Amino acid sequence: MPELDDALVGTRRFFTRGEVSADHRALFQIGGRQADTFYRDRWSHDKVVRSTHGVNCTGSCSWKVYVKDGIITWEAQQTDYPSVGPDRPEYEPRGCPRGAAFSWYTYSPTRVRYPYVRGVLLEMYREARQRLGDPVAAWAEIVGDPVKARAYKSVRGKGGLVRATWDEATEMIAAAHVHTIKTYGPDRLAGFSPIPAMSMVSHAAGARFYNLLGGAMLSFYDWYADLPVASPQVFGDQTDVPESGDWWDAGYLVMWGSNLPVTRTPDAHWMAEARYRGQKVVAVAPDYADNVKFADEWLAPAPGTDGALAMAMGHVVLKEFFVERHVAYFLDYVRRYTDLPFLVTLDDGRPGKMLTAADLGQDVENAAFKTVVLDAGGTPVVPNGSLGFRYGETGEGRWNLDLGDLSPLLSAAGGDVAEVELPRFDAPGGSVGTIRRGVPVRQVAGRTVTTVFDLLLAQYGVARPGLPGEWPSGYDDADSPYTPAWQETVTGVPGPTAARIAREFAANAEESRGRSMIIMGAGANHWFHSDTIYRSFLTLTTLTGCQGVNGGGWAHYVGQEKVRPITGYSVLGTASDWTRPGRQMIQTAYWYLHTDQYRYDPFSAATLSVADGFAGRSTADLIAASARMGWMPSVPHFNRNPLDLADEAAAAGEPVADHVVRRLRDGDLRFACEDPDAPENFPRVLTIWRANLLGSSAKGNEYFLRHLLGTDHGVRAKQAPPQARPRDVTWHDEAPTGKLDLLLTLDFRMTSTTVYSDVVLPAATWYEKHDLNTTDMHPFVHSFNPAIAPPWQTRTDWDAFMTIARVFSALAAEHLGTRTDVVAAPLLHDTPDEMANPYGRVMDWKAGECEPIPGRTMPKLVPVERDYAAVADKMASLGPLLDSLGATTKGVTFEVGRELEYLRHKNGVAPNGRPSIARDVDACEAILALSGTTNGHLATQGFRQLERRTGVRLADLAAEHEGKQITFADTQSRPTPVITSPEWSGSEAGGRRYSPFVINVERLKPWHTLTGRQTFFLDHDWIAELGEWLPTYRPPLDMHALFGEPRVGEQGELGITVRYLTPHNKWSIHSEYQDNLFMLSLSRGGQSIWMSTEDAAKIGVRDNDWIEAVNRNGVVAARAIVSHRMPEGTVYMHHAQDRLIDVPRTETNGRRGGIHNSLTRLLIKPTHLIGGYAQLSFAFNYLGPTGNQRDEVTVIRRRSQEVEY
Amino acid sequence: MRVMAQMAMVMNLDKCIGCHTCSVTCKQAWTNRSGVEYVWFNNVETRPGQGYPRRYEDQETWRGGWALNRRGRLKLKGGGRLRKLLTIFANPKLPAIQDYYEPWTYDYETLTNAPLQEHTPVARPKSLLTGEDMKVSWSANWDDDLGGPPDRDVLLAGIADKVKFEFERTFMFYLPRICEHCLNPSCAASCPSGAIYKRTEDGIVLVDQDRCRGWRMCVSGCPYKKVYFNHRTGKAEKCTFCFPRVEVGIPTVCSETCVGRLRYIGLMLYDADAVLEAASVPSSQDLYEAQRGVFLDPSAPEVVTAAERAGIPRDWIEAAQRSPVHALITKYRVALPLHPEYRTMPMVWYIPPLSPVVDVVRDTGYDAEDRSNLFAAIEALRIPVDYLAQLFTAGDPAPVDAVLRKLAAMRSYMRDLTMGRDPDDSIPAAVGMTGEQIHDMYRLLALAKYDERYVIPPAHAEQAHSLEELATSCSLDYEGGPGMGGSGPFGESSGGPQPIAVENFQMLRDRQTADSLSGRVNLLNWDGRGKPEGLFPPRRSEEPPGSDGAS
Repeated sequence: MPELDDALVGTRRFFTRGEVSADHRALFQIGGRQADTFYRDRWSHDKVVRSTHGVNCTGSCSWKVYVKDGIITWEAQQTDYPSVGPDRPEYEPRGCPRGAAFSWYTYSPTRVRYPYVRGVLLEMYREARQRLGDPVAAWAEIVGDPVKARAYKSVRGKGGLVRATWDEATEMIAAAHVHTIKTYGPDRLAGFSPIPAMSMVSHAAGARFYNLLGGAMLSFYDWYADLPVASPQVFGDQTDVPESGDWWDAGYLVMWGSNLPVTRTPDAHWMAEARYRGQKVVAVAPDYADNVKFADEWLAPAPGTDGALAMAMGHVVLKEFFVERHVAYFLDYVRRYTDLPFLVTLDDGRPGKMLTAADLGQDVENAAFKTVVLDAGGTPVVPNGSLGFRYGETGEGRWNLDLGDLSPLLSAAGGDVAEVELPRFDAPGGSVGTIRRGVPVRQVAGRTVTTVFDLLLAQYGVARPGLPGEWPSGYDDADSPYTPAWQETVTGVPGPTAARIAREFAANAEESRGRSMIIMGAGANHWFHSDTIYRSFLTLTTLTGCQGVNGGGWAHYVGQEKVRPITGYSVLGTASDWTRPGRQMIQTAYWYLHTDQYRYDPFSAATLSVADGFAGRSTADLIAASARMGWMPSVPHFNRNPLDLADEAAAAGEPVADHVVRRLRDGDLRFACEDPDAPENFPRVLTIWRANLLGSSAKGNEYFLRHLLGTDHGVRAKQAPPQARPRDVTWHDEAPTGKLDLLLTLDFRMTSTTVYSDVVLPAATWYEKHDLNTTDMHPFVHSFNPAIAPPWQTRTDWDAFMTIARVFSALAAEHLGTRTDVVAAPLLHDTPDEMANPYGRVMDWKAGECEPIPGRTMPKLVPVERDYAAVADKMASLGPLLDSLGATTKGVTFEVGRELEYLRHKNGVAPNGRPSIARDVDACEAILALSGTTNGHLATQGFRQLERRTGVRLADLAAEHEGKQITFADTQSRPTPVITSPEWSGSEAGGRRYSPFVINVERLKPWHTLTGRQTFFLDHDWIAELGEWLPTYRPPLDMHALFGEPRVGEQGELGITVRYLTPHNKWSIHSEYQDNLFMLSLSRGGQSIWMSTEDAAKIGVRDNDWIEAVNRNGVVAARAIVSHRMPEGTVYMHHAQDRLIDVPRTETNGRRGGIHNSLTRLLIKPTHLIGGYAQLSFAFNYLGPTGNQRDEVTVIRRRSQEVEY
Repeated sequence: MRVMAQMAMVMNLDKCIGCHTCSVTCKQAWTNRSGVEYVWFNNVETRPGQGYPRRYEDQETWRGGWALNRRGRLKLKGGGRLRKLLTIFANPKLPAIQDYYEPWTYDYETLTNAPLQEHTPVARPKSLLTGEDMKVSWSANWDDDLGGPPDRDVLLAGIADKVKFEFERTFMFYLPRICEHCLNPSCAASCPSGAIYKRTEDGIVLVDQDRCRGWRMCVSGCPYKKVYFNHRTGKAEKCTFCFPRVEVGIPTVCSETCVGRLRYIGLMLYDADAVLEAASVPSSQDLYEAQRGVFLDPSAPEVVTAAERAGIPRDWIEAAQRSPVHALITKYRVALPLHPEYRTMPMVWYIPPLSPVVDVVRDTGYDAEDRSNLFAAIEALRIPVDYLAQLFTAGDPAPVDAVLRKLAAMRSYMRDLTMGRDPDDSIPAAVGMTGEQIHDMYRLLALAKYDERYVIPPAHAEQAHSLEELATSCSLDYEGGPGMGGSGPFGESSGGPQPIAVENFQMLRDRQTADSLSGRVNLLNWDGRGKPEGLFPPRRSEEPPGSDGAS
């Protein structure tokens, strides 16, 4: 190559060429083998280890962690997911920028390297320990002395952490636990760790410990407001959604309040790619969100009005596809799979109750739970599949959706008509109005009945000839709900656009037989009235026959998870192999009471009602009622140590349950939630791992600081005036502060939670441990593996809790021994408990409406033996209850004798003779072996059991994998596809993409609801109280009316009032990564609030100016990001920007600025407290009040640009 | 014809979700070292926006790339040798550190170590240049997602009347950028030391770290501002196209980790003799076609023969034939060059974003999926075609329009197939394609399987030695080697370069696993406390620290 030489000679020296001619344009040289050793050096590495990131995020991406010379250097995504076939995009390379920056934490200066204890506390403890010679006595003295307790509680969060040893720290922790159990009871202990699926062993570590102690595990899905309460209401299922690969199958995709590129980063490509096969994409978002870039259409409803848009779309679908035209596919679908043909009574001109076999006078088993339709001839019939067939002998083989020759009437038309009064909530100011609309009715068994379908048409305002009442004159009737023009007045979305999107959505579903999908998320689900918003969405997907169809239906993506090997995980996490039941608590109600937020509610629970059932009662009263009726759990249970209660029962010679009932009836014993501010009812010990409560999820953050922790806070709200205080819950004039004795956190990085903790234990990171990871976004199970051993003094969660358990057990042998505990367990979903309240009628024994009967009108009261000295041994082995009782998930009980024998050999045997789970790897193997999704033998066994109940064929779904046992080694080598199992409602059989309810639709297995079908109509008394029998529109809460905050748009000397939203952050996964230097470098480097150009101009704010946001709940000092992509009147403070990075002191109170949740607080919707009735029965993270936070407003102003820290 | 092989990339902006995973994985792998804290070999810009460094596209200020002189001959826009000589010690055409950004960290350790105090401990931002407290006011990604006023975008100058920054008319898209590995690299031509070279076998443009004397003329010369100055070593550094990976057949880090699956890597064969003429066409709007004219058809027998004669191995020729980059640039003609008007013949091309918000169609009430409606809508797309033309075709809207029509046609054609209807062959015909071609393009764009996105032949190690002999007059002529040939215009003493300091892992390990602050500290591990020796470079007059860089 002589030219090459010429080129080199020609251009390599400065003086040779400035101008360029043909041959000397560029310098060619063969590449860098000598000169660029630096880059080669840098690229070289010793090994690559598979791991992932274990909490917060549902991505479940498998990563390559690069290691050189024993140092983690960086990470990159794995690309070795099993293929989904030749005709669709693959999963690789799942990941996101946050995950890609994870290794920064490993050696970062925010890493927690050693155990730390609050210095003031440690000094007192050391002194007392020295003097008294006993850790438990030392702890008791400190927390029992108001001066000493105040001394360390009041300095929480103010620095002063000092290093301690593991021995000293764990001794103190164990002493606190022993003292609390002994003095107040084990139910004064609480553990919080969220979302097990992404690192189930790490989660199970602490959960198992707490369940063995009798401590309460706090729920998280409802607490995060990620639980779509509409899911249990409509589907009788916690949440089951399609994997992202199934978006590909959709012909029409609506992204509604879900910003896929930001919150489903690894999955977003499916949406981008599916457009190329002609999928139409619609984005519904109040701002020009990242996903709008991809959308064919952008609808920008005013924040919180999504329900109005969906109601109008439902109006169009019902009118055009059910009334004006009859679409065979839709009609057949709703007859078979929904409650639309079922009969409802009309009572006093309002919707009443579902008609049942009992109403027909049939003397059959569970008659009040067998719902009724009309056959083609108009005769009432009881079809198979309702709840009454799920339990009992006569239901065997009949719990299915097979209608045989029966073709139920959708409408009662053909007889009389009647008017019903339906509430509307769209009035400005939130007052309740009514509309009167007619429905066809029949007389059945002496009652006036109509169908759910008829009521639905009335609710949606879809007229039919011959019906009385007020009806819209057309789509352009803006006064009559729920027309397209009406929604325009609420949402701002043009009416014709709303109608057209509805029409396209349904037409696509008609043509493709159900392949229209709505991806929905936090933007729609984090509102106070999220359940009504979601019910109006689900109406769209259900009417059009999209649920249970690949490429169709709802796709709820916020906080959802899927512990695919759920049965094995549950056994480990709840320690149900040793003791049952566990103590579980709904976290929202827990903090609503224990952080005293209830004291700041100046309005009655009846504020939202259409009837007078709640008159004179506060939300706290409803919580207490729900607890005593056994609907929702309540922890602590009673104003008495449950261990002492058992002793007292024994002393009185009574069975524990009888003893408790007698004393409750006498009034000698009370539920703790009826007096949450009495010192004996405080939560005393809180342990947090894999979570950052105080920097992230704590709605009403400042109330936590004030009442739970007893330290500085930013609360500005006033407490409720006397007339608005609870009726049944005791009010203390002085609100307690510093309720908690010990806040213990295990973490690998510093967060608000660690900064406020009394003890911080150093945790291993996700690249330093073994664990398992699954998600609902893909059908694989894969593993964590240590790239390096836990550095410094860090330990894995499994190891840390084992350590604590050993120290605890030693102390407990002396101080506690074996005691009997009383667990007050709520009425549970997927058990016969859900038949406790026929017709959803409220019966409060305390009001004399019924007898207190445990397990029926009040919680079950279960004695549980606790051998406290054996806790550590039990933790490390699988207990004997598995042999006798098996393991149950969603009503299916797996016999696991064969699996236990296998684990005996795989893991070895513990000293107590049981299969060992001493190490994290053992725990992984146990989870895999005890679950149907990872053990084909159990999957087929479970399906065979379900076949007996349903009478339909199911076991073939798993038969192809009956001999397959996924081992931990399998998950280490490659992400491993799971097996179709009765633990879930979809099917992966034959390699298809996962879509929920496919088994229900294709195999006629009922949903776990009252009718066994998807539910439009809810007939519980408290639902009726709020007028929410059917999908409806309820606007965002009016903070002006409720709390006297200024109205949105008002401008005063303190600034402008705006709606305050906290959507998910592009630069973090909750609070994780927001402190990561890479993410800070790519973002604005600290707390920021996005606002519109218009709002910024009104208050003189320029981009990057310091601003202050203030409302009654607290204060935030952040920098502004001004952008025209934001709608006027709304600001975003992206979720979970902790107070630890570049947060100055505020002008408002002179203290450190707060976090996003300093401006929010908890508000509980009464209908979320319902229990004991069909699908409206409690299960952990399945049903409970949501910790919603979207309805808030704040005042924002430009502050002094000179900030102080 | 002189056949050469070029490793090239295409990014499909229509699929980019703006997640920045590419930036993070690249930075983690290559530039999380002291001296290059501010450097992102790969960055992602929100457009409209200023980019990184800010307003880098303003060549009237920075004078990067090439221009035609009065005689129509190509010359460096920044000026010829005399100008370079006169300014060699104070290069004025260089973005200051504030134009990139002042890198920072935080005193994180205070969160753990703060003594008992009145307020909750907080980690404050500290400049990585001065160690002082700072207010963060500009970064490599400051205007992400349209944050801040958008009107300083360089490209708006000529089309300001066509772009409105109102809520209802908001648009944005993302532009990920790496080094263009140009066929006609102005950075290389600008280098007084001859330290920048283009590899013979694959065209990757690299800085010879031994030869670099830190003049920074390359920084000025590159119109994309993708050569960076390491202020610790005093050398230039740039994207290496991950050559240690590519040489063994693995995609670049930015590509393999691209979550949007929008990057394609493959070979382009081109006629090296034709480059100069193509780069010199008079009208900048002709540069796109001119550059495509330089590319050779890897399946044409005469090209294959010439390639074999040029020593290009057979598996490389086969890879060029299968190259997805070739398919997207030449076969389907949906990929366009970034700023061809810089005349550097860039080799990272882009498929423009369709941005299919069809407001206009929506308002007519017709089905937006209908082909004729879609085509009609392209002129009214949310992202103005004129804006895209500023990026990709020196302002000529026609090629951009043609690409968008093809993407729209693909969606329309495929929808019929997806819904189980009969295909409508008039749709591909309307954009000059066949149904088969549309389907093939769909496979590449939508299915985008790993082994079709990346067709990378491994390097031929057996040729390394002979190539090496050709490369330099003396293979021992490297810094510190026995040859020690003169390396700067004034000989060895002129630049005062230090041997490259490799950030080695032993050093990192000591530091990272230590309990307290000691030894060498860098971006990765400095906790913001104190001012550790060696962390901060001596101040330079052209890098005034700490001042407010906000617009």
